[in-house]
Amino acid sequence: MTSDSQIKSAANHRRTASSVMTTLTAICAFFAVTILALIIGYIALRGLSAISFQFLTDTPKPVGEGGGIGNAILGSLVLLLLASVIGLPFGIAVGVYLAEFGDGRFASVVRFVTDTLTGVPSIVIGVFVYTIIVLPMRQFSAFAGGIALAIVMIPIVARTTEEMIRLVPTSLREGALALGAPQWKVTTGVVLPAAASGIATGAMLAVARVSGETAPLLFTAFGSRFFNVYLDQPIASLTVQIYNYAISPYDEWHAMAWAATLVLMTLILAINITVRFFTRKKI
Amino acid sequence: MATPTSTTAPVKPPTDAAQEEQTSALQDDGRERAAAKVSVRDLDFFYGRAQALHKISLDVSSQIVMAFIGPSGCGKSTFLRTLNRMNDTIPGTRVEGSVQIDGQDVYAPGTDVVELRRRVGMVFQKSNPFPKSIFDNVAYGLRINKLTSGKSELNDRVEEALTNAALWPEVKDRLKASALSLSGGQQQRLCIARALAVRPEVILMDEPASALDPMATQKIEELIVELKRQFTIIIVTHNMQQAARVSDKTAFFWLGKLVEVNSTERMFTNPNEKLTEDYITGRFG
Amino acid sequence: MQNLQPNIPTPATTHGASARAWNWRRTFAPTGNTGDTVFRLALFGAAFFLMLVVLVMIGAMAVNSLPSLRQFGFGFLTSRVWSPISGDFGALPFIYGTIVSSLLALLISVPLSLGIAIFLVEQAPRGVARPVGFLVELLAAIPSVVYGLWGIFVLAPFLREWIEPFLARWFGWLPLFRGNVTGIGLFTGGIILAIMITPIITAVVRDVLAAVPVSQREAALALGATKWETTRVVLNNGAPGIAGAIILGLGRAIGETMAVTMVIGNRAQISASLFEPAYTIASVLANEFTEATGELYLSALIELGLILFLVTFTVNGAARLLVWSVAHRAGGGAVGRA
Repeated sequence: MTSDSQIKSAANHRRTASSVMTTLTAICAFFAVTILALIIGYIALRGLSAISFQFLTDTPKPVGEGGGIGNAILGSLVLLLLASVIGLPFGIAVGVYLAEFGDGRFASVVRFVTDTLTGVPSIVIGVFVYTIIVLPMRQFSAFAGGIALAIVMIPIVARTTEEMIRLVPTSLREGALALGAPQWKVTTGVVLPAAASGIATGAMLAVARVSGETAPLLFTAFGSRFFNVYLDQPIASLTVQIYNYAISPYDEWHAMAWAATLVLMTLILAINITVRFFTRKKI
Repeated sequence: MATPTSTTAPVKPPTDAAQEEQTSALQDDGRERAAAKVSVRDLDFFYGRAQALHKISLDVSSQIVMAFIGPSGCGKSTFLRTLNRMNDTIPGTRVEGSVQIDGQDVYAPGTDVVELRRRVGMVFQKSNPFPKSIFDNVAYGLRINKLTSGKSELNDRVEEALTNAALWPEVKDRLKASALSLSGGQQQRLCIARALAVRPEVILMDEPASALDPMATQKIEELIVELKRQFTIIIVTHNMQQAARVSDKTAFFWLGKLVEVNSTERMFTNPNEKLTEDYITGRFG
Repeated sequence: MQNLQPNIPTPATTHGASARAWNWRRTFAPTGNTGDTVFRLALFGAAFFLMLVVLVMIGAMAVNSLPSLRQFGFGFLTSRVWSPISGDFGALPFIYGTIVSSLLALLISVPLSLGIAIFLVEQAPRGVARPVGFLVELLAAIPSVVYGLWGIFVLAPFLREWIEPFLARWFGWLPLFRGNVTGIGLFTGGIILAIMITPIITAVVRDVLAAVPVSQREAALALGATKWETTRVVLNNGAPGIAGAIILGLGRAIGETMAVTMVIGNRAQISASLFEPAYTIASVLANEFTEATGELYLSALIELGLILFLVTFTVNGAARLLVWSVAHRAGGGAVGRA
């Protein structure tokens, strides 16, 4: 039998352990937030000192001659547009399929593969697109880059779409079906509009995610020093430009990398914070 | 010691005529309060701004079974959870008034909540065994509180608790099996055994049989009657027959107020209050 | 889809056909409405096409890595030589770099992520948990290349000036912490990876902990458990899901490309020291793919891509299954209150 005093001392010990652990978890959280602050702080500090109107509109120049990221901004927009045009409808279709007909065995496989695909490294998707598009075309192209980004996008969009559609109350669906509407009209006319804002936020987050992708563009879109909008030509992008500037040996280019990062991060943070503000809910 | 130091408002003589008789025994008499195992005075409870309990005063003496009855939403579970401060875990709640267990104020600053909850055990509406073995479930409270010294004492205490919970014969050969492999009724008795193992003084039961079939319910009820020899038991039930079968005293709650406390026999034959009679005879609720 | 489970008889919806035989009408036109049939076929087509893409992905990479597979066979995985000039290609240094950097990342990130998730779910008041949770999620929104930039110009110099000399001084007796302190190498790669996978592990663990029924916490509290002891019960409940989260983080670390490429040093060597430069599978792809001359060189790189795909696909699949198993088991919900 344990005596009362022993229980008391054990209790003190336990209480101490408990508050130590509580403090440690708070420190973990504080640490993570500090890292975020350090990263964003550095980008703001280094980026703001190098950014200018000319920088935002010019094309890259040799070291010492200035230059800018105008063509990279344009290229990123072209790539994102292309990826969205292909990836969003495709991803939403797969998501609707999973939500509406997602009970069978084939659908389970689709769901599992889609989920798992979100974890496949984007560089592998670059390798894949290289083998099926760049090799046969014998040329790097904006088209290949857009396809690579679309493939990154599809599983993300599909899974959020499915989740959003599943949030639509059954009663709404049944109400429409009971009026004699065919299922496709119920889905497109009632269910999808009800889930639209959720799907839109999911789509925005997917766009934010691929706008930061570099690896799948390295050997698909490749990069370019000129303004380009032709899909069969190599095209510049912000991320690849940042990479090239960052690993260069020149201080001037390092400053440009920070400035370009500031542009990229502003876009990404704006999307994330907007989504957060409008949904006020975790996706 | 009669005047609690915490958030307690001064105890006023009850003005509500309906409470006259029951509270006459609850005058602010220090000796009277100290004699009770659990003693509550003027307890108010708030969920945010909504007041869920109004000026509850109640004494529970040692080694009896007290049942709380009343329609759902009347505050009986909320009240039960104030006794071992389980409501602390719900954000935005607030308590005023005093709860004493063995004369010690539960809500006094500096109260060791962990120690309090060891002394005041609780069994929940839905059985909640840990996803561990049967043995480890019962041993959990003993281990964290370091109540035993050595393996053999631990084994003895686990056996004792399982025996007290009338579960030992059914599980003695499979103590290492997962608790989740037991039937619903067995799981609930396991949770009772888990609560008994730390040898609490008071056991709170929140509708312990509501999710069980009649056979399992009967076992739990027999167990409760058996356990009152050693423990003070407070049980919340929405089943009046159950209250009549197992309890010595019954308290009737209605809309967050304590309407009547009486011996169970009197309560179900000739209650003092019209409201109680209406409820018991099924005229509402 | 019923056509894939032909052995399960369905209620008599067909016109006299045997219930066992596959019938396209039952699968694609159960309502008999033409619009529905077209709609179903279109959505099924999209899902089917996605599966096709994945199959083609594996197929295309397999076909293109054939020259390398024929030349080196299994020895590709065990050879330490990577020489485009002599035409010898072995993947071991990349496999080593990938494994060590990922494990180092997990070693740092797992306790950190668990701590954050516990703080957010079990300890912080809601007014703190929401904004902090959002900020941690934002860490996941930062692109890899930005982590790399920050790694080169902020993290690497910091580690070179402060952390690495400290480790070399006090733990230099371990081969792990010997050698040149440059700030560029496995150590920095592992740390940047740790920062990158922390929000991912945290997010999953957070969901797993939140799915543990309130009744489990109440059971522990009612037995006199302290806050931390209660948390341990919750962790115990979520153990398979937490394992899934960790594996998910591992998968991400294995495939992470840009940030690692920018700080790991990119040298195909196997060294016991964490301070030495190394190379990962993903970084060699990023660096050498566009420069690969000759069929064999390209084929060896594509084979690396295939390996990376298969490994991450397996790891992620396992993680998903674990997380799902928890999500399906935790149907308990909170206790009702009278």
